[in-house]
Amino acid sequence: MTIALTTATGFLVIAVMGLVAYLTRIGGVLIMARMKIGRRTERFIYAMSGSALVAIVVPLAVEGDAAARASLVATSAVMLTTRKTLLAIAAGILVAAGWRALFVY
Amino acid sequence: MSSEQPASNTTMNSAQTCLTVAGTWAGFRRMAPLSLFVIVFGMAFSVAAMQAGLTSTQIMLMSGLVFAGASQFGVLEVWASPISLATVVVITFAINSRHLLMSASLYPWLRELPPRQRYSTLFFLSDANWALSLQDYYQGFRDVGGLLGGGLALWSAWMIGTAIGVGLGSGFDDPERWGLDVIMSCFLLAMIFGGSNKKQMILPWSAAVLATMAALQWLPDNTHVIVGALAGGLVGILIPERSEQKEAAS
Repeated sequence: MTIALTTATGFLVIAVMGLVAYLTRIGGVLIMARMKIGRRTERFIYAMSGSALVAIVVPLAVEGDAAARASLVATSAVMLTTRKTLLAIAAGILVAAGWRALFVY
Repeated sequence: MSSEQPASNTTMNSAQTCLTVAGTWAGFRRMAPLSLFVIVFGMAFSVAAMQAGLTSTQIMLMSGLVFAGASQFGVLEVWASPISLATVVVITFAINSRHLLMSASLYPWLRELPPRQRYSTLFFLSDANWALSLQDYYQGFRDVGGLLGGGLALWSAWMIGTAIGVGLGSGFDDPERWGLDVIMSCFLLAMIFGGSNKKQMILPWSAAVLATMAALQWLPDNTHVIVGALAGGLVGILIPERSEQKEAAS
């Protein structure tokens, strides 16, 4: 279904986007509410939630440029040695920006 | 899970799930540093959206209602007349489908809140405040304010950035140059390494990495998070439960 894009229909498209985005946010809870939560489900959720974090980061490591990969290494190294989140993120940004300043731009 | 963290429940906070103003404010302040970077992305989105032909009001409304950068940029790619509503729905759903899993992972916690608090807090669910709250939850912290406050900080920053971008009209549209595109991944990576459960998660996370890479290679765009997370969850069921309890007791 295609619609002519005017200012008015543009608002409609945005409203639909907002609705869909909100449904994805409450959807997980709504689905879980209809399931019986046993011990296995709890363990599944526990492992799945950490795995989702991992899965969000993997594309940058696989498809990112060298600067992005180096920044991930820097963040991991600083986090594992100091356990300070903001320091680890700062290291990642500095490495990415520094790498690109030197080799890209 | 709550039965496994008796020690941390008593040391960290009350064991009762709640949503307090103090907790929300604390969550807001904790997310404030990261939110400063979100402002830059809001600006970049505005610049891109104006180039795509959206009006200022439309841009502000989209950031306010959708509050999910990747899908907003995604829809800009198809923003032309005539526009296919189905395509917009598919793009928005696919890029945000990871929210389903994030929201499901918070269910054991959020189910104890009254529905009005539960579903309004979820409006502000985003990667960063979810990751931080998940860590809180498994450490025995029970105030959902961290999730709401963190989300409010991120949402406010997203709106401020969008507004600045609309006001400036152009300018900051190259976050990569300043290394800002890696922030969210670096933050989530820090969350991964900052958790207390690394050893027992080696197998599930390895499965998640392999499944994600396979999905990136062979499956449609934006399915990788779902595939990776489900693979990790399944392996989590398969590994012996004993190690989990030992870890929690230590």
